[in-house]
Amino acid sequence: MELQTKKELIGADGIRRALVRISHEIIEKNEGLEDIVVIGIRTRGVPLAKRITSNLKEIEGQEIPNGSLDITLYRDDLTTIAKQPIVHQTEIPFDVTDKKVILVDDVLYTGRTVRAALDALMDLGRPESIQLAILTDRGHRELPIRADYVGKNIPTSKDELIDVNLKEIDGEDAVVLQEKCE
Amino acid sequence: MSLATKDLLGLENLTQENIEIILDNAKSMKEVLGRSIKKVPTLRGKLVVNLFYEPSTRTKSSFSLAAKRLSADGMSLSAKRSSVVKGESLVDTARTLRALGADAVVMRHGVPGAAKLLAETIDIPVLNAGDGAHEHPTQALLDLFTIQERKKNIAGQKVAIVGDIKHSRVARSNIWGLNKLGAEVRLIGPSTLMPEQIEDLDVEVYSDLEAGLKNVDVAYLLRIQRERQDKGFFPTIKEYTKFYGVREKHLKLAKEDALIMHPGPINRGIEISSQLAYDEQSVIEDQVSNGVAIRMALLYLLIEGGNQDE
Repeated sequence: MELQTKKELIGADGIRRALVRISHEIIEKNEGLEDIVVIGIRTRGVPLAKRITSNLKEIEGQEIPNGSLDITLYRDDLTTIAKQPIVHQTEIPFDVTDKKVILVDDVLYTGRTVRAALDALMDLGRPESIQLAILTDRGHRELPIRADYVGKNIPTSKDELIDVNLKEIDGEDAVVLQEKCE
Repeated sequence: MSLATKDLLGLENLTQENIEIILDNAKSMKEVLGRSIKKVPTLRGKLVVNLFYEPSTRTKSSFSLAAKRLSADGMSLSAKRSSVVKGESLVDTARTLRALGADAVVMRHGVPGAAKLLAETIDIPVLNAGDGAHEHPTQALLDLFTIQERKKNIAGQKVAIVGDIKHSRVARSNIWGLNKLGAEVRLIGPSTLMPEQIEDLDVEVYSDLEAGLKNVDVAYLLRIQRERQDKGFFPTIKEYTKFYGVREKHLKLAKEDALIMHPGPINRGIEISSQLAYDEQSVIEDQVSNGVAIRMALLYLLIEGGNQDE
């Protein structure tokens, strides 16, 4: 399958502003940062979660626990996807019980990744609440799942792909729209 | 990233890359085992059959536990103990397993190559849990994992395997694995317990325990089988212990932070002194818990990997 880049949807500044806004919204909605922990879904949710954590520290002057979650063992599509994913480590060095978990990922699409992440989190403890922060929401949900904090809503067709590039992994910050072509 | 293989038959035919994929996945499985809920839903609805033609407590329970931790169903097919391999009956068993809907088979058999024969007759993954004196790959993988966990890197480590190399599938698999990952392997034991042409395997052979243990990073002690004495491989257990039983004073010859390993169950006071077995440099219990993580990684990689297009 060939992919063709159509256009850049969000640039580096746009990503930074979206994450700052999301950080403010988290503080506003929760009336501060008490019991808040931030957990990124591997792979690209992890650097986004770290950036949100450091934004929160800058705004409120408070250290917030940060972790990363690997959902491979909870996926419902292991038998249908083309390449077997490597199981990466979940690193959550704190107890999530009674915490308000901010779950972070780059793209919200079918909702299946988030479903798997919710199951994985529940196995680690009993959080007081889980809120979902997402950089881009491209629609086409297959499960009743929605985000609490959205960087940008991007209506797409199913033939299109949202490619999120982040400095920590890809060397630059950009959200790009790609199209499958035959 | 799946394993480029349907089965796990031995380390001789496993590439370095595949060994590293297994070790990486096991790291994540170990994290699961450290949680308060030590179970994930990954293999829900899959059936893993244990087929043991030789008695085993540790390997069998380790595999059963690994399957349970991944939410797979486990089943043991009791196989009659028989020292004679009947190719036909093994093939029949394979057909039965397929009819039962098994998704993977774990087999221990007294005859070298039995796992390979089963793997050729059945289209589901076969995991070799020991075939005669040939290979015991999951043991060697958990040993590699344990060394890597403690020493960060396997390449360059000096590992001495002590004891009955000739009859040991554990030694054979470890030699393949350690060499592939760049360790220096030494074998220590009486010449009667060394296989012929062992030097071909890129190892250094020592008959003197103290010379062999000098400066090693890992001392890996094999279980001595008492019944070998009857066959004249060594005169008495007492004499074996005198020359090859590893005690405190021997550990001083090794590097200061050397690890003591043993595949279990240990003969306390024979191949290893009681103090050493529970010494802080001993990682024998780590080996047991790491075994579950390694077997989870293998079940995940082989059962789910079998469904992949690539």
